[in-house]
Amino acid sequence: MTEKIITFENVSKSFGAITALENVNISVDQGEFLALVGPSGCGKSTILRIASGLDYPSLGSMNTNTKKVGYVFQDSTLMPWRTVRKNIEFLAELEKIDKKIIKKKANAIIELVGLQDFSEHYPIALSGGMKMRASLARSLVLEPELFLFDEPFGALDLITRGRLNVELMQLYNYKKFTSLFVTHSVEEALFLSSRVLVFSGRPGTIKGEFVVPFKYPRDSGIRYTSEFAELSGEVGKILEKFS
Amino acid sequence: MIVPIIKKSIPPLLVLFVVIGIHYFITYGVLEPTRRFLLPPPHSIIYEGFFVPKHRDEILKGLFLTTRVSFIGLGIAFIIGFTTALLMSQAKWIERSLYPWAVFTQTVPILALVPIIGFWFGFDMLARIIVVVIISIFPIIINTLTGLNGASKNLHDLLTLHDSSRWTRATKLMIPYALPDMFTGLRTSAGLAIIGSIVGDFFFGRGSPGLGMLLKVYSSRLRTEELLSATFVACLLGVTVFWSFSYFGRRLVGHWSEAWSK
Repeated sequence: MTEKIITFENVSKSFGAITALENVNISVDQGEFLALVGPSGCGKSTILRIASGLDYPSLGSMNTNTKKVGYVFQDSTLMPWRTVRKNIEFLAELEKIDKKIIKKKANAIIELVGLQDFSEHYPIALSGGMKMRASLARSLVLEPELFLFDEPFGALDLITRGRLNVELMQLYNYKKFTSLFVTHSVEEALFLSSRVLVFSGRPGTIKGEFVVPFKYPRDSGIRYTSEFAELSGEVGKILEKFS
Repeated sequence: MIVPIIKKSIPPLLVLFVVIGIHYFITYGVLEPTRRFLLPPPHSIIYEGFFVPKHRDEILKGLFLTTRVSFIGLGIAFIIGFTTALLMSQAKWIERSLYPWAVFTQTVPILALVPIIGFWFGFDMLARIIVVVIISIFPIIINTLTGLNGASKNLHDLLTLHDSSRWTRATKLMIPYALPDMFTGLRTSAGLAIIGSIVGDFFFGRGSPGLGMLLKVYSSRLRTEELLSATFVACLLGVTVFWSFSYFGRRLVGHWSEAWSK
């Protein structure tokens, strides 16, 4: 049996009078890529905050057996006064890893995400897509076992978004980190994940679960197959019904 | 490099010529010869102020003293202002406790306060510096505080996820984030510091004579030429300081800060 990296048991969360999450049960296997799809304001981000320990459930419990968590936010959250390289080294610096090791790791990651030509640039000079790559790279340096993605590509144009989806999928196929990926794009969820949970509008509850049958590494063309469209339609129907 | 500077200088220079033209017109076209002492022509202002050795030396010495007081005062205002803002950024209750008093320094009628400061601290350097600190500290506190509180929640969360200490959060996130705003505050305060030192001077009327005291002496003697020269020098000092801080701001944070990149 595969190891569970993180489990939510009957988790509810309320902020004052507002119930954000109600009775949520999730378990994520080691190496699984789980996508959470739902309308805006359904508490998907709250799930990530609870998973990372930034927040706590009001009811129920969250258990995780890894401390190596990477968090990628919707905005790139780069530090504008640091070059791309210095940004990528930042988290490792916080963890007080040896400077030489940081350098080596950063170099490898910079190459992996294709930022060689931009490593000495400041974020001000970067496009949105490049910033997101740098943000991703910053988390990768610490080799997290659990990756939390909070709509990381939501602010990008569709073309860049599609390209970064492919890059992230390849990265996942290579590193096999466990992932919780929040998005409100059904297409993005299906292309990236091995399983999709569909959330209702507030209070967020799970309304559907889909196993995505496509094998990794996925070809970017699968997004235009009829099989993909059919699955996408099924997910979309549930999403529409409960939003 | 040189050509754009010349190009940029043309519009303000045109304004200068127009103003000088109006100035001459008023002196020779509007005022009767007996009343010309009210607005002497530009060339005699420049002659009296900068080519008569006695006046020139007075004004240059005044400029030096005013600059010195302004800079010492600004330095102290920066140290106190930065520390205050840093304290305020550490806890809401500290911010709430200090904020009204920071506003107080801004709203206090400095002219009323200057004589009291003289009584308490004498009429020399120290009292002048205190006036400068009071008048210039507010923009430093407010701008620095805005910067320190400006980093996004996500960036703070990122540090929380890595169990960062208060110290790490301040030095690695909040202070660097605040640098552009700090320069904005400093630039505004630098101008105020010069005004403060001139105002202090003007009212103390004793001790070492900076530009403020010269202004007072010249105006009491109806020396319009020297009065206007000294005023002009005071303005030039203000402009120079403003430009210098703009320049340093661009040099130090212009390569990464949106606000300072132009």
